[in-house]
Amino acid sequence: MTTPVLTVRNLAIDFLVGGDRVPAVHAVDFDLHAGEVLAIVGESGSGKSVTSLAVLGLLPGNARASGEILVDGQNVLGASEKVLSGIRGRKVSMIFQDPSNALDPVFTVGYQILEMLKRHRPQLTAAQRRERAVELLRMVELRDPEDRLDYYPHQLSGGQAQRVMIAMALACDPEVLIADEPTTALDVTVQREILDVLRRLQQRTAAAILLITHDMGVVADLADRVVVMRRGRVEETAPVQRIFGCPEAEYTKALLAAVPRLGAAHRASTAVPHERPVLEIADLVVEYRNRRGRAMRAVDGVSMDIRAGEMIALVGESGSGKSTIGKSALGLAPLTEGHIVIDGVDLATASRSQARALKKRIGVVFQNPTAALDPRRTIGQSIGEPIRVHERLRGGALSARVDRLLEAVELPASWAGRYPHELSGGQRQRIAIARAVSLEPMLLIADEPTSALDVSVQATVLELLRTIQGNLRFACLFISHDLAVVDELCDRVVVLHRGKIVEQGDRHTVLTAPEHPYTQRLLAAAPVPDPVEQARRRNESVAAL
Amino acid sequence: MSEQLASQQAPLVTPGDRSVWTTLRKRPLFWICSAALGVLAVIAVLPGPIAGLFGQPDPRACDLSRSAQEPSPTHVFGTDLQGCDIFANVVHGTQTSLFIGLLTTILCLVIAMVLGTIAGYYGGVADRIVSRLTDVFLGFPFLLGAIVVLNSAGTRSALTVSLVLAFFSWPTLSRLVRSSVRTVRGAEYVQAASAMGLTDRRILLGHVVPNSLGPVLAIATTMVGSVIVAESTLTFLGVGLRQPSISWGLQLSTAQSYFQSDPHLLVFPSLFLTVTVLSLITLGDILRDALDPKGRS
Repeated sequence: MTTPVLTVRNLAIDFLVGGDRVPAVHAVDFDLHAGEVLAIVGESGSGKSVTSLAVLGLLPGNARASGEILVDGQNVLGASEKVLSGIRGRKVSMIFQDPSNALDPVFTVGYQILEMLKRHRPQLTAAQRRERAVELLRMVELRDPEDRLDYYPHQLSGGQAQRVMIAMALACDPEVLIADEPTTALDVTVQREILDVLRRLQQRTAAAILLITHDMGVVADLADRVVVMRRGRVEETAPVQRIFGCPEAEYTKALLAAVPRLGAAHRASTAVPHERPVLEIADLVVEYRNRRGRAMRAVDGVSMDIRAGEMIALVGESGSGKSTIGKSALGLAPLTEGHIVIDGVDLATASRSQARALKKRIGVVFQNPTAALDPRRTIGQSIGEPIRVHERLRGGALSARVDRLLEAVELPASWAGRYPHELSGGQRQRIAIARAVSLEPMLLIADEPTSALDVSVQATVLELLRTIQGNLRFACLFISHDLAVVDELCDRVVVLHRGKIVEQGDRHTVLTAPEHPYTQRLLAAAPVPDPVEQARRRNESVAAL
Repeated sequence: MSEQLASQQAPLVTPGDRSVWTTLRKRPLFWICSAALGVLAVIAVLPGPIAGLFGQPDPRACDLSRSAQEPSPTHVFGTDLQGCDIFANVVHGTQTSLFIGLLTTILCLVIAMVLGTIAGYYGGVADRIVSRLTDVFLGFPFLLGAIVVLNSAGTRSALTVSLVLAFFSWPTLSRLVRSSVRTVRGAEYVQAASAMGLTDRRILLGHVVPNSLGPVLAIATTMVGSVIVAESTLTFLGVGLRQPSISWGLQLSTAQSYFQSDPHLLVFPSLFLTVTVLSLITLGDILRDALDPKGRS
């Protein structure tokens, strides 16, 4: 084998936090060869991002690293700024997670690429630089590259912005391209395009890619070899087929088992038949006015209903209006046209006291459990608030209820005095669920409740949601972008695209035999955690072109 | 990154008694600042006896023949241009200066909290009215406004000066409250509270105000010092306190032109001002940390 372009030997990193040394990475070893895609997979806190930052010498000031990181035979750890600036951008460059924040909004895309070229390739003339910029944009398959140079970042979509970021990373023909969660902030169909761009680039330029990700589907799609990390240690390093085919480490097996997959077994619907729907939405239109007073239609003529005990999934990409529908059912979005009837009461004509009485019977779980809990309240206070307000319970009776709710979400009752920041993400989401069901709601609105969580945590939270729904039999509006999660949890699926419903029906029918082309595209775009299946799909899509 | 790591470590900590008071009690700085402010409060309430400790109880017993003398056993802080005892003057000025500084800040804080919260939380017309109002006040030249208002006011006591200062100083604070409230209003826990069917009053007092108070308190504590100095500017221009009033501001503004020849004229009043402001700022910081659950161990 050739000599590796990047070698990491016995890397250990710890952070100084409040006077204590907190280890982040321990004894990490791997090699990256030219033309290879090496994926580092792990959940949050596994040390995968810290490792990638160390390669560029970008660790924060309170970090201490030991070991060796060799780029082209040169040790990056402890290297001077001068050496590092020769490596950054030229030998190793990086693509970040959120493309909309990585571009400076006040300069055009072209200016930013040219500036980068001016710095790293001062020998080029202005015309050559422009030519090179166009070539780079063409490499990332951006349409009309000449015109795109004059665009400002806000005129680009997320996927286009990420392509520009990749183009900038490629500007100096780096030997190593580090992609830190390059598609996490993007929709699945856009993710598909970016992954294809990365794969073709890698084949064409023979650059090595170090892919940092938590998504097993992305790994299956792109990687040649995989490093599985957990709590700062390498659990397993193996070629991609072996990782998915016969994983050795227990953790890898558990991780793969936790990944939701399409094709869940048949389940009996929990819906209560012959009853009036808990939530009826008829011809709903929601318009927002932007700063110039122009109306933006977020939801356009949506009609649906949910019966008691039924779990309905609202599926769509960002901008499809799925969250807005959830918000309007909560009275948090303007109702431009149409009706929302909850338990026979029309929200538009309900009086204030009626609306308040309704809200008492609706629970809500948001995506980000960190933001959804008041940081200044103990979790006991947060869970108890709806009970205090609506049932006017105090003292012992209240804390007894809080204890029961904590036990219902499988947390010790003694934790009532803790604050949200002392809990992990999954535990916080359990608290949010406990608060949402504290008044035994008839309707639960869950807006992407698991998408901010690690897969292994996601599996347990989904399980909890199912158990609680089985006990309380509430109707549930489950908003999600993840079809596999929906498949495991819901009875019916509603697919949204640009504010309109394109397809709705039974879970099994929609997910196995979709009728609308958009649903088909959505299903085809989601990468499956299986390298053989991914390769087959890719060949199919190439053949279709 | 390090915050992420810290939060992972946190569940290992067993929660003990973590009330605000327990946390405050353990901080030596809290006691130092409280003691300093306590001493200042005693001085403000009993200026006569305290000035008498060093044998010069009357700040107005001046002897022109002993003008601008260095500190000596009879005059511990020395004497000013009129030959008055500086220690007695500083001690007697404490009351007026602290009164103006604290009252003005509290008034500003109350106005700013009310208007800023309304503007930030409700937005729309309320926001537009309050924002334009703050713009008008900010666009108005402070000195000119203060001169006009104070000249037309019949009596000029510490109270009127304080009211005028507050009248022109609330807009900056109000803007800060507004932006701070707007950030909190967008937080999901506020949305969750309103989805729970909580009343606006409950959401505002229970969630929005406590979470937006931090940066506002930090600025408010630094304001006390600037207000005390602003009073001296007004007095210097002849529209603030009238002679024979005594305040730190007045002493500072007369002393500034003699700093090179007689630095002690400036040093002692500024020492008191610095101690006051520093104690307030530090106390504000400690309080903010203690009120934030993440700051409590």
